[in-house]
Amino acid sequence: MACNGSSCQSNCYRDEDEPSAKSDDVRSTAAAAAVNGSGAVCVKCKVNEPIAGAAAADGRFCAECFRSNLFAKFRHAVTSNAMISPADNVLVAFSGGHASRVALQFVHDMQYKAQKNFDASRDLDRSLPVFGVGVAFIDESTVSPILSSEMDRVHGDIKLIVSQLSPPNKELHIFPVESVYSEGSRDSRDRLKELLDRVSDTTGKEDLLAHLRMLSLQKIASDNGYNRIVLGSCTSRIASHVLSATVKGQGYSLPADIQYVDARWGVPLVFPLRDCLAQELRVLCRLDGLKTAELPNGPCSSINSLVSSFVALLQEENPSRECTIVRTAGKLTPFHFNRIPEINDCNVPLATRRRQKRSNLKLNGSISSESFCAICYSPLNKSDLPALGSLETQKSASDVFGAACCSSCQFQILPRDASDMEHFYSLLPEALVSRAKQTNKYDFSSLREQIQDYLLSDSETDP
Amino acid sequence: MAESHAKVQKAGGGRFCCICNEKRAALKRPKTLEQICRECFYTVFEEEIHQVIMENQLFKPGERIAIGASGGKDSTVLACVLSELNRRHNYGLDLFLLSVDEGITGYRDDSLETVKRNEIQYGLPLKIVSYKDLYGWTMDEIVKIIGLKNNCTFCGVFRRQALDRGAALLKVDKLATGHNADDIAETVLLNILRGDIARLSRCTAITTGEDGPIPRCKPFKYTYEKEIVMYAYFKRLDYFSTECIYSPNAYRGFAREFIKDLERIRPRAILDIIKSGESFRIATSTKMPEQGTCERCGYISSQKWCKACVLLEGLNRGLPKLGIGRTRVSGKDQKKDIKQSSGMKSIASKQCGSLDF
Repeated sequence: MACNGSSCQSNCYRDEDEPSAKSDDVRSTAAAAAVNGSGAVCVKCKVNEPIAGAAAADGRFCAECFRSNLFAKFRHAVTSNAMISPADNVLVAFSGGHASRVALQFVHDMQYKAQKNFDASRDLDRSLPVFGVGVAFIDESTVSPILSSEMDRVHGDIKLIVSQLSPPNKELHIFPVESVYSEGSRDSRDRLKELLDRVSDTTGKEDLLAHLRMLSLQKIASDNGYNRIVLGSCTSRIASHVLSATVKGQGYSLPADIQYVDARWGVPLVFPLRDCLAQELRVLCRLDGLKTAELPNGPCSSINSLVSSFVALLQEENPSRECTIVRTAGKLTPFHFNRIPEINDCNVPLATRRRQKRSNLKLNGSISSESFCAICYSPLNKSDLPALGSLETQKSASDVFGAACCSSCQFQILPRDASDMEHFYSLLPEALVSRAKQTNKYDFSSLREQIQDYLLSDSETDP
Repeated sequence: MAESHAKVQKAGGGRFCCICNEKRAALKRPKTLEQICRECFYTVFEEEIHQVIMENQLFKPGERIAIGASGGKDSTVLACVLSELNRRHNYGLDLFLLSVDEGITGYRDDSLETVKRNEIQYGLPLKIVSYKDLYGWTMDEIVKIIGLKNNCTFCGVFRRQALDRGAALLKVDKLATGHNADDIAETVLLNILRGDIARLSRCTAITTGEDGPIPRCKPFKYTYEKEIVMYAYFKRLDYFSTECIYSPNAYRGFAREFIKDLERIRPRAILDIIKSGESFRIATSTKMPEQGTCERCGYISSQKWCKACVLLEGLNRGLPKLGIGRTRVSGKDQKKDIKQSSGMKSIASKQCGSLDF
């Protein structure tokens, strides 16, 4: 706000009849702004009029400064965590919403700039290639009540959005979520539907679908040679996740999900919009006319939606609440996989490696964990793990699988009844089951099978 | 979720108690939604608390234990259950009731009458410490000076110390308070919302202040508020259920409401929040305040003077705003502090645990 009091000694502009003020053109712009709006100027450049109609948090910047401020947060996250290096091939997970739309736009801007630099250095050395970008959209129409016409429209919108973001060209991968099942199985749609129907808890169903979505993204990325997945999770989204994970009793594994990098998966996930608020991203989409392709969201009575509306209410009351929540949770100890694995390849420029070393230093106190939940793939607390001895050899595969899940998944996703559990297990995607077998030490029975012939008696050899 | 659970119960146990299968079910247990009879409810309720006491070794035989008694439902049920368990399981404890008289007419005087009846009902000796005796001020007098804003800051800070002083007078080894699972879940959430990582790391501990003069423990850490009300209701316990006249119902209200909503969808959520709070791993590099002692009264304090002494000093010198807000007070620049603190009202009003809504 401009000060009107005559005693004001600050840097802002007073009434027109003050000739000693700065350059004239600046003054006239400011005056024009004052005539148009309420007389306020952008707090950063002090020239342009702040964005009209934006809520309190953003109402201080002009469109230009707002945009560059947001992009700076993105770029800072990318560079200080070594998220994208020139040799990379990144896959942007695009849901059609505001956040991932902005992520896509920013990644494109970066790539475009890198391409321009590359072209300019045509005759000189070309040591820095331009990173590749692909876009993935997971179609969940199988499991949500969306009209096929609606879905077709969304597909069309997404194709249009991606085709407009070139050059450089970006490949678009549209996959139905049931593609998590291996290609051989024809009835994957029905299997997926039945699997989700077996989950009685609303929240559990939502979460299982989210885990399958992640599995699909991983599949697309590894099948198509991508080595990073960019997610558009913003501060608001992460703040909601902090609370909902707390409410679900996942306090131990929570820090794994809310860092800039999550490399526990085959293809590491990166979160460059971790410091941007959902509201800011919405404003940017509106300002720049970024087209989104959002699907209607029906009313929902899950824990996740209850938490989201709670956080939204808190944010309304205090515009820094979401940041505070994420900052608090950020003080929890992260895991060893919450950084991009060190590159020891001499082909990678030294500067990149050095930068990465620096950014990785702060994770010194991280926890290393070897066991992961068979469903949500969250790291398991050692004290929650079943004792190896309790997993008897004669237990069925589904029991062993169930024992390898975190208590939250056991409660909200797995069926309680043993025969139901067996059926549920048979409906799971093969990728999920095999991942659980590979990554966990729970598969004690298979180890035992291998040495079975040499064991003398059960009772003595049980550890 | 809740529905499906209820269905299972109906299909399985009919209208009979699903624990004893003999009597008719009289209630749905808030914690698990099991339909059980009254007697089985008493049994599981008391037995769960017994298990918590045993697993966490809250008490040792021969210890003198003070029960923080306000006359409200939580402390009344705590007094009732602890004296019963002490008898039944031979804990060998000497139990006492300890009340704080804040000096609030129309509220504390009435609730103290309840505590005095409890003294007779459960046969537990009662000790009352009053703000007037300890500090020379009653809450009525304080509110007259500072008004209805920030008054909870005074009351909270003074009560904490008053309980410790009362416990010292009783020569007890430990103080048991009636904080229930809902309270703790709420504190976990509030600490996340406020960014208070230091408190977040210790707010789920069942025993606190073991390095201090008198450790405190919360036998109701895993006990749901609804079950405490249910126990008090069915046992027709004599308790006082009026809210403090100086703390209107907005106190902590917002997070509380959220917890109640969660409980409706998923009763287990309260226990899960506590579980999360217990399993949070706080980075070692996080700065924690150092604990020292107050130079004036010797009470534990992270500053030169403890909070109670700072507040008291302000009251006695006619500068009641002293120590409210996030300013540090040292003798010389007090005037500056007052200036600053009056500009920081909005932060201060959050100190009593309410998120300004």
